[in-house]
Amino acid sequence: MPPNPGRRDVLVGGIASAIGLGLLDGCATVPTAPAAAAPSDLVDLSLEVNGQRRALRIDPRTTLLDLLRENLGLTGAKKGCDMGQCGACTVLVDGQRIDSCLALALQVEGRKVTTIEGLARGEELHPMQAAFIEEDAFQCGYCTPGQILSAVALLAEGVADSDGAIREGMSGNICRCGAYPNICAAVRRLRGRG
Amino acid sequence: MKNIGDPLPRVDGPAKVTGAARYAYEWQVPGMAYAVLVTSNTARGRVLEVDASAATREPGVLAVLTPQNAMRLPGPTQGEPPDRVVQALQDDRVYFSNQPVAVAVADTFERAVHAALMVRIRSEPARHTVRLEDELANAVPHDLIAGGRSIPADEARGDVARGLREADARVEQTYETPPETHNPMEPHATVAVWEAPDRLTVYDSTQWVFAVQRKLARAFAMPKENVHVIAKFVGGAFGSKGSPWSHVLLTAMAAKQVGRPVKLALMRPHMFGMVGGRPHTRQKLALGARKDGRLTALSHQSASATSRFDVFVEGCALQARHLYACPNIESKHRIVRLDIGTPTFMRAPGEASGSFALESALDELAVALDLDPLELRLKNHAEKDPIEDRPFSSKSLRACYAEGARRFGWEKRSARPRAQTREGMLVGMGMATAAYPGNFAPAQALARMNADGTALVQSGMLEVGNGAYTVMRQVAADALGLPVEKVRFDLGDSTMPEAPITAGSISTASVGSAVLLVCRALRQRLEQMGASGAASYAEVVQRAGGAPIEERSKAAPGEERKRYTMLGHGAQFAEVLVDPELGMVRVARLVGAFACGRVLNARLARSQLMGGMVWGIGMALHEHSVYDEKLGRIISRDLADYHVASNADVQSIEPILVEEEDTVVDPAGVKGMGEIGTCGAAAAIANAVFNATGRRIRSLPITPDNLL
Ligand code: FES
Ligand code: FES
Repeated sequence: MPPNPGRRDVLVGGIASAIGLGLLDGCATVPTAPAAAAPSDLVDLSLEVNGQRRALRIDPRTTLLDLLRENLGLTGAKKGCDMGQCGACTVLVDGQRIDSCLALALQVEGRKVTTIEGLARGEELHPMQAAFIEEDAFQCGYCTPGQILSAVALLAEGVADSDGAIREGMSGNICRCGAYPNICAAVRRLRGRG
Repeated sequence: MKNIGDPLPRVDGPAKVTGAARYAYEWQVPGMAYAVLVTSNTARGRVLEVDASAATREPGVLAVLTPQNAMRLPGPTQGEPPDRVVQALQDDRVYFSNQPVAVAVADTFERAVHAALMVRIRSEPARHTVRLEDELANAVPHDLIAGGRSIPADEARGDVARGLREADARVEQTYETPPETHNPMEPHATVAVWEAPDRLTVYDSTQWVFAVQRKLARAFAMPKENVHVIAKFVGGAFGSKGSPWSHVLLTAMAAKQVGRPVKLALMRPHMFGMVGGRPHTRQKLALGARKDGRLTALSHQSASATSRFDVFVEGCALQARHLYACPNIESKHRIVRLDIGTPTFMRAPGEASGSFALESALDELAVALDLDPLELRLKNHAEKDPIEDRPFSSKSLRACYAEGARRFGWEKRSARPRAQTREGMLVGMGMATAAYPGNFAPAQALARMNADGTALVQSGMLEVGNGAYTVMRQVAADALGLPVEKVRFDLGDSTMPEAPITAGSISTASVGSAVLLVCRALRQRLEQMGASGAASYAEVVQRAGGAPIEERSKAAPGEERKRYTMLGHGAQFAEVLVDPELGMVRVARLVGAFACGRVLNARLARSQLMGGMVWGIGMALHEHSVYDEKLGRIISRDLADYHVASNADVQSIEPILVEEEDTVVDPAGVKGMGEIGTCGAAAAIANAVFNATGRRIRSLPITPDNLL
């Protein structure tokens, strides 16, 4: 099995060559968050979250992630980077996985959002949640809701047909605890179960 | 009944997979305000002015704290090392880039970010140096703190110069490891709630609630009982949350100044510099050996970077003191002051970076002697501690070598580089020894038997992914003779019995021992009250009036620490595939066999070791906090530029638990496993890269450009 060339192999030289360009020089260092626009009035938003209709008035700069965490108290969606690089904030929108930190809440107007809180049926865990426990596919648990939702979507995408494809398909979700082999085992456990 | 060792699934698993587990930033308190940090661009100098006038005029903005208007803390901001010097807007000095220089507070997160973006900083930069090379000439010796105790910078035995003269083969080389950044997935976060003018509740993402409590109490000049610190789940830490950093004080100050509860989370780029990292190291190794492989000299000298205003010493050369039998050993530590944030403990601090140099050098020596690298290590196996001249409390390294080599298939390795290919890839195999101290620090715990026959056990340690909720419950259930379902273990609260820092592979051993002792004491007490077996506990408590029966105990290391050297050991084996045209390296297999005393839960132990080994891959191939020397700052300061191993980078990882009994190390017989998985892993990979390509890479990370 030949190794795949990965993004990072190409990027390593790139960092070094960016040195000295002074691209980051400027005013105080606040990372660019999606809220750089001027404040404006609140706007109406209606969407479905975990099967429930929700109508809210929100700051239009609110990301979907902050809407879930701060406005709706659904803190199962985690903020790891707030810039689309870690996958901790993964949720399903109409069944598809997205980084909710990269979406404005207004972009999901009228759509169906599933968070980790909406995955289990009452007391009964979703099979992927159970598989994560059984395979010990997490340690600190912070990346876990995102991993699980990503894994559920990956299986629905129907592309997880090899171990390599699982690894590749799960690579948008970083686990700093390094539970990757067990995450793959959990996904493998459910592959082919429909 | 036997609970210890059972591969029980994590008892906090359901909370973690459903989103119910609550991390610091997720505690909700009515009236919460949001704080966002503004950090310096200058690496050294003074803040002349923070212009927050536009920001404070925006709707919802409650305050912008600056060096000019921030409250003066009534007490000192620093305690005893390893507590760190922090920057809490008490003066206008800038010591490193990305240091906090203002805090924007608003009623919503969006407004706080907006305000932070509007703040303008005018500063007076001074000349800075962030390059280790530039200051190496000014390196000075400094003692270390490791495993909670002070260790001398230098130690030696015999005469290294003579040992080198007498050698038939010598290796004298310099190795380098880059600055790295921990990057736990959960950013550092603090929620501060002033319940009264002198009573503070804090939810913090920390490895040590008691350190947070002490730092806040000291800074605000309050009795420590007035500060209540809570941390039920921590989303990874790896050393970066071991000391309360600037943002903890700043959040409490902000809450005080705006008169509302305030929460603050670092943004990912803030985590590069302000909350520690593994320092840049430059290590000189000199090894000498006879033809048969026996070492005659071992010299390991390390220089590591620290900040101008505080000291952290990466203990790279500590292992050289204990690992191999050699009559002439020297081990030295130097620090180099730079205009950077203070580095700190990062998973296997010293052992990970030091073992890269030492174990690479041994591989070079094996080549020079034309010996198998594993055989070279066996030839120099230390039967007793070579520097201290005392026995090991237990040592199963030979079994680790044997078991690891067997599972890995070490006999298939070709000694000649570039001898094996597979599907166009060069195949290489390498190995390294792993070792990490069996640390033990004083720990307290309480155990309570309730009238319904269930037990509650508490100690103020942390759940950071270490499985604390699970394994402590197992230890307690075992000692009480109860099924695990009848025992609850609670942690992460400064009102609980004091535990040591959850770091340095200290806490499972230490708190595990305290839990064991307190549960034994409780059992004894219940038996004295007439209990015969666990089934009668409820009855005994009821007969005594129904109030819970409680015991408190403390476990602490004693004289045995002077008589024995205590180390967990392991052997790492790596197989790499290297693309001969593109220079890309893939770690196809990593097999590690480890002996760390008693295993409390095999499932969780394997996971912890696996995580450590994955870190080894990151260290070997990816991780690098890249400094822009001109700007004096880390420019790889997010997860797109700072690469940690992703799922696609990790193929087969096989941690093996080698049985070991240690009746000396601590009452629980446990040597922590949080870090040993990282030790030696980068060296094994680098040695495998040499075996594949014939290229010796002495500076991490091993990027494709090194191999072209
Ligand atoms: S928080 Fe959204 S990708 Fe990291
Ligand atoms: S479980 Fe800790 S980051 Fe994945």
